[in-house]
Amino acid sequence: MVFPGVSMSLEACVLVLAGGFIGGIARFFLSGFVGRRIGEIFPWGTFVVNITGAFLIGVVAGLAQASQGFLAGEMVRDFLMVGLLGGYTTISSYALQSLNLALGGQQRQALFNIVASAVLGVVAVGGGFAMVAGMLGQGQ
Amino acid sequence: MKQASRKTEALRLYLAVGCGAALGALLRFVSGFFIVSGMGAGALWATGFVNVVGSFVIMLFATITGPDGRWMVGPTARQFVMGGICGGFTTFSAMSLDAFLLALHGGPVQAVLYLTAVIFFSLAAAWVGYACAMRINR
Repeated sequence: MVFPGVSMSLEACVLVLAGGFIGGIARFFLSGFVGRRIGEIFPWGTFVVNITGAFLIGVVAGLAQASQGFLAGEMVRDFLMVGLLGGYTTISSYALQSLNLALGGQQRQALFNIVASAVLGVVAVGGGFAMVAGMLGQGQ
Repeated sequence: MKQASRKTEALRLYLAVGCGAALGALLRFVSGFFIVSGMGAGALWATGFVNVVGSFVIMLFATITGPDGRWMVGPTARQFVMGGICGGFTTFSAMSLDAFLLALHGGPVQAVLYLTAVIFFSLAAAWVGYACAMRINR
C-alpha cells in the first residue's frame, strides 16, 4: 500500500512537490490532447490519464517489490508514487465529469465511465505489476 | 502578436495546473501522514479521505464559478483550483494500487468493497458539493 509518509521530512516534501508539479502538467497536457483528438463529450482524456497512471504505478510497485534496494526506498515512493503518479491521476475530475454526464441526462455514459475506469484501473495495475514480474523472472 | 499572447496564455494555464498539483500533492502527503502516523488509521483511509474531500471541493468550486455561478473567476484561477489543487490532491493510481494489493493479499471481496466504497463516497461528496453550490448560487 502507498503509505503516505512513515516519516515526514523536508526532503520528502520537496520530492512530492516536484513530482506533483510534473504529474499535474502531464495530466493537463495529455487529457487536453486526447480531448481535442477524440472530442470532449465523453471524458476520454481523464480516462486515458487514469488508466495509464494505474499501469505505471503497477510497474513501480512491481519494481519496488523485486528490488530490495533503491527502488523499494522511500525517496522513490515519495517522488514517483505519491508525487508524480498521484499528481498525474485524479479522482476529482472523474467524479466531476461522471456527475456532469448524469446531470446532463447521459446516465449510461456516466455509469460506463464510473465502472470501466474502476475495473480497468485495477486491471492496469495488475498488468504493470505482472509485466515487471515476468520480465525480471525471465532475466534470472 | 496574437500567436504570442496565445502561447503566453497556454503557458500560464500549464503553470497554474503544475503549481496547483504540486500543492495538492503536498496536501495529500501531509494529510496522509496525519491520518496514518497521527491518528493511527490505515493507509486505505488516507486515500479514501483525499478522494472524498477533493471530489466535494471540485464540484462545489466548479458550480460556484460556473456560467450560472455567483463567483466570477478567470480561467487560470479556475484551472489552478480544479485541475491543479483538486487534481493533485486526489489520486486514482494509489486507489487502484490499494485495491490490487488488497485483492492479492486480503482477497477479492475486500478489494471490491474498498473500491466501491471510495468511488461511491467520492461521487456522493461531489453531489453534496453540487447541491451546496446550487444553494449558494440562488
